[in-house]
Amino acid sequence: MVQSSASPKSFRLGPVVIIAVVVGVAAIAFAYTAGWLSPHRLTPKKVVAALAPPGGPALGHRRNHAKGICFTGTFEANGDGSALSKAPVFVRGQYPVVGRFNLGTADPNAADAMVRVRGIGIRITTPDGQEWRSAMIDAPIFPVSTPQGFYELLTASASKDPDAMKKFIAAHPEFITFLGWAKSAPWTGSYAEERYNSLDSFLFVDGSGAKHPIRWSLVPAAQPVSVPPDELTKRGPDFLEQEITQRVAASPQRWSVIVTVANPGDPTADPNKAWPADRRTVEVGTLTVQQIEPERDGPCLNINFDPTVLPSGITTSDDPFPAARSAAYSRSYNSRTAEASYYPGTTTGAKQ
Amino acid sequence: MTTSRKRFTAPQRLLHWLMAICILSMLFIGVGMVSTVTPRYLTLVQIHKPLGIAILVLALIRLTLRFIYKAPALPPDLPEPIKLAAELSQYAFYALMIGMPLIGWGMLSAASYPVVLFGGVHLPSILPVSPSLHTLLWRAHYYLAFAFFACILMHIAAILFHKLIRDDGVFEAMAPVFSRNQPK
Ligand code: HEM
Ligand code: HEM
Ligand code: HEM
Repeated sequence: MVQSSASPKSFRLGPVVIIAVVVGVAAIAFAYTAGWLSPHRLTPKKVVAALAPPGGPALGHRRNHAKGICFTGTFEANGDGSALSKAPVFVRGQYPVVGRFNLGTADPNAADAMVRVRGIGIRITTPDGQEWRSAMIDAPIFPVSTPQGFYELLTASASKDPDAMKKFIAAHPEFITFLGWAKSAPWTGSYAEERYNSLDSFLFVDGSGAKHPIRWSLVPAAQPVSVPPDELTKRGPDFLEQEITQRVAASPQRWSVIVTVANPGDPTADPNKAWPADRRTVEVGTLTVQQIEPERDGPCLNINFDPTVLPSGITTSDDPFPAARSAAYSRSYNSRTAEASYYPGTTTGAKQ
Repeated sequence: MTTSRKRFTAPQRLLHWLMAICILSMLFIGVGMVSTVTPRYLTLVQIHKPLGIAILVLALIRLTLRFIYKAPALPPDLPEPIKLAAELSQYAFYALMIGMPLIGWGMLSAASYPVVLFGGVHLPSILPVSPSLHTLLWRAHYYLAFAFFACILMHIAAILFHKLIRDDGVFEAMAPVFSRNQPK
């Protein structure tokens, strides 16, 4: 048996210092990795906090695109996507969809006519259990070029400094293109008449392993009818939800799923830059919305339409947004599901 | 649960050191990924899930080996409270090595995420979708991760204490290679 060669009583400082240093260095490295020593790191927590309206976030609700309504339906693949991606979802066939029509606002009680950006979240599941989730908006470009820029936009719009927006635009001139769309694009009176765009670029990986940078859009079968905004304000605060509920009850609504393939050199890392209109497009199938359900107790409530949940055959590209979105959506999801008990109380009236 | 052997068997030692590296990596990956919005986030998440599941599998193998080969006895002159602490910390480690991955897996299941390991390979869901279950497991994963790290720091401090201050052969019992003070 090995006997202790040094009794603990004969105290030596050296080893104690070594132990303290080893443990201390490990603890500091951990704290650094966790971001506790870098207050300037852009964390999901900061981004999500910046989304909150002045009175704080609406507890139990999504931290952005907070107002929405669930739907179920199908994605019918025509098989043409398989040339670009080996994902099973493009094999000819019909796959179930859960989705959500929504408004680009952090306020779940916003009046529908007041919100410029409309969106959709979809989740398509194939029989092997793989999923393709996507959250898209009706704007043709994103307001800014980088996640950092989005954070600056949020802080500038919430700032009390009257020059904050001016300074923001000086630093992010790309925002002006978005403003142009926001001011001039026609409004419609229906979620069913909107075109929804991924904006972010992804890579389709085909059977041979070749990667194709692409974006996708949902193009409505319904003819868009332009309605002046002041006409929309006269409709009720929830007119979009009422309209889509009645419309889908009368007949299923359809969108073509269109994939746009980039040419070499097209800006894939910047959702603020549209690609030229002549790019090759492939129609890969049809989204059919068959049933609308209220968000409360609806099938979309506890789903995070995280744009990085992708089947094998689709991956993220050099676009930095999907990663930032995934981190922020997860944070939002964690908060709102932890606040689930607040959910019904804050939506009285709107969703019954 | 002790053996007359002075050292853990080679497979036990191999697993200990391999898993020590994996677990420390997991803790750093975990706190690193939830604090960034850069593309590193996705890379880290894509490592976190399969590595965590690998730890689960290795921990189950390790537990089996522990039942088969048992552990060398601690030095008889070690005070009883320290022996007790050493024993309890081993229970805690096994519980965490098996519990953390299961909690991570359950938390993703309860949130309706597919638990993708790599490519098209994913694990089945082990829990129904439920905000309250998700919240419980998410908090448990968070707090237990810090408890895990704290236990590891104490474990390292304790082993260094054995080696540098007592030099009583406890370190040699798990040392990856033969060392000067190889117990006979
Ligand atoms: C860094 C940039 C962005 C941040 C921080 C951000 C943040 C968020 C957050 C926190 C949510 C709520 C998620 C949840 O709780 O489930 C959300 C939802 C949504 N976002 Fe973003 N977003 C960003 C970029 C985008 C882009 C580029 C698009 C469109 C192409 C988009 C479209 C949507 C849509 C449609 C939803 C609603 C999805 C649903 O119904 O659950 N976002 N966003
Ligand atoms: C990262 C995490 C670590 C974990 C989870 C861990 C876990 C364990 C466990 C469960 C045991 C009990 C023996 C067994 O059943 O395998 C053990 C023993 C041991 N560990 Fe670690 N360990 C870690 C890191 C370390 C490090 C960094 C060192 C070196 C400083 C170390 C040195 C030892 C030694 C010498 C023993 C043998 C103690 C005895 O005889 O009971 N471990 N460890
Ligand atoms: C030994 C195994 C594991 C360890 C030591 C570990 C450790 C950690 C740590 C330290 C965090 C960061 C906590 C925070 O600061 O919020 C974390 C988060 C996370 N872990 Fe693990 N983990 C393990 C296994 C797993 C497994 C197997 C999965 C899933 C299959 C998983 C999924 C997650 C997820 C999704 C998060 C993010 C939680 C959030 O959204 O805040 N973990 N983990």
